[in-house]
Amino acid sequence: MSYITESLRQLYGSEPRRPEKAEISPEAQAIHLFKKQNPFDAIAFEAHRQAHAKDAKKWRNRRWATLLVINLLFLVSYYFDIQLLEGALTASRFMGFHMADLNSALQVTLAFKHMVLNLVIGTATIFVLWLLLGGRTFCSWVCPYHLLSEWAEKLHLYLADKGLVKDRSFNRKVRSLFYLIFALLALLSGYTVFETISVTGIVSRALIYGPGVAMIWVGLVLLFEVFYSRRAWCRYVCPIGITYGVVGALSPLRVKFVLKDCHHEGDCRKACLVPHVLDMTVKGKAVHTEVDVSADCTRCGMCVDVCPTNSLRFEIKGLGKHL
Amino acid sequence: MNEQSKPKNPAPKKSARRKLNPKQLEQNRREFLRSSALAVGMIGFSLVGLLPVVQGKTLALRPPGALKTPADESDFLAACIKCGQCVQVCPVNAIKLAELDKGAGIGVPYIDARAQACDFSCDGLQCVLACPTGALTHDLDYPADSRMGYARLAEPRKCLAIQGKGFKGQARGPDYQGILRYDDVDRWNPIPVADYPYDLELCDLCVRQCPIEIRIAQCAEEEAAREQNKDRVAQRQGNECPPKHAIALEPIVSEDGIRRMKPVILDGCVGCGVCEMICPPEPPAIVIDILQDADHIGGVS
Repeated sequence: MSYITESLRQLYGSEPRRPEKAEISPEAQAIHLFKKQNPFDAIAFEAHRQAHAKDAKKWRNRRWATLLVINLLFLVSYYFDIQLLEGALTASRFMGFHMADLNSALQVTLAFKHMVLNLVIGTATIFVLWLLLGGRTFCSWVCPYHLLSEWAEKLHLYLADKGLVKDRSFNRKVRSLFYLIFALLALLSGYTVFETISVTGIVSRALIYGPGVAMIWVGLVLLFEVFYSRRAWCRYVCPIGITYGVVGALSPLRVKFVLKDCHHEGDCRKACLVPHVLDMTVKGKAVHTEVDVSADCTRCGMCVDVCPTNSLRFEIKGLGKHL
Repeated sequence: MNEQSKPKNPAPKKSARRKLNPKQLEQNRREFLRSSALAVGMIGFSLVGLLPVVQGKTLALRPPGALKTPADESDFLAACIKCGQCVQVCPVNAIKLAELDKGAGIGVPYIDARAQACDFSCDGLQCVLACPTGALTHDLDYPADSRMGYARLAEPRKCLAIQGKGFKGQARGPDYQGILRYDDVDRWNPIPVADYPYDLELCDLCVRQCPIEIRIAQCAEEEAAREQNKDRVAQRQGNECPPKHAIALEPIVSEDGIRRMKPVILDGCVGCGVCEMICPPEPPAIVIDILQDADHIGGVS
């Protein structure tokens, strides 16, 4: 239960809860104390880190492949008229079976105030799918804007490294404000206002039906991310992330932090889209020997890739012993 | 920024809420201002998208079954999830998705009849069946049940029939990309209009290619066949056969006393736009209006 409440808190935009000393389990306390008394050998760790760096793209490659295959499947299906995956990310049919993006379906339902059976079927299907697969997994494994944004992030980090740009943070609660306002706007105006600026929908349609002027908006958002604020859209604006995040709070597929071997060097937090979810990797903060990463996590696997000590892993809750 | 500064004492006392130094306070203040600006900017930009729809600038010829009245598309725009499944199933590629200049109407399907009209080649209203949200309402079963727009003879002087002229050649020239279904060529696959030259003594393209008129003629033939062969032909249901004619050439007497033929739009017209598409002159003599003219037929809602 505390996983769900902590997930919802973080999705809302609150900072991760700072644990009291009394909350930390004796086992975790023992490890914290051991690490304090036995400092890591920095040189050996650095060597370890270098050695790990070679195979640090495993999950990224799998994820990019998945994202490209799904999005290209839409295109191929339409282009060759094979009716495998029709529509766009907002709503589609996979071999004839309805699927509807949860956030788009929500916006349409709020604006239209009516849900036809096909939409109910499509929404329920996608809900169950992402319930099993981890909710915000949609963001990093499917959303085509995420990929563009990742490349913009690379550029941003390169320029920041050169001292040419600076990352300016926003208050993460502003995303919840957007969520509320866009929901209210849909309800009150009767139009799906968010869809006008939804870069996910725009990029998905551009890929399938050909790009148009709306891609200029996407370009502007990307420029904003490169020159002003790292990953700003996904971190501070997009309500789709909250919708799937809430689903993910109930999902058994999570990233798990294992305290024992962690050097607390923070590589994972530097790579992460939503670094607040990795707060427990800060020295002394983990309350148990194993802690699940909250549902604001997109399960992108960047931390799993980058972690030199294999302290972050994918897990399926309840299946751990059988994997 | 992304990483919180690590406090020296990893487990601070309950009551000891961290005091922020002036620099942190200033950072927080700036972050608050930035966040407010972001909120105002994003919401503002998305609200600008409401302007075109509120001003009614998004009105367009929509696919059959669109949940709208001629002047009010708000339900249609609200219900559309902007996925383009209607685009994908259309056999003549008549349906396009609107651009960002339509604001909140972005991604909503429309038809540019002059470029490519819906000629109901699919027979079964595939776009309606494909629509996942009911923006194209399932209430209609046959083309004759739909009401897309209103045909109007906008430029009578351009009309070849009124001029008493015939038509020979490709209706829209050799470079025209549009396609139509010609039953006598291929019952199942539409072909380019440019591949189907005409040779008409009097131009009646708008009547000849009208999907409703074509269907009425087919029904008449089938009816005749049934008369001969009563037991073998299946019974028809509903509006499979259009109940009313859509367009006809009717005789008129012009001011100079010459008898001519003029296309007249009738009650059965659904406003699909094939007449506008096929009309040879530029601009076309006959067009589709989105709004109903006062002196026209009553709408089917």
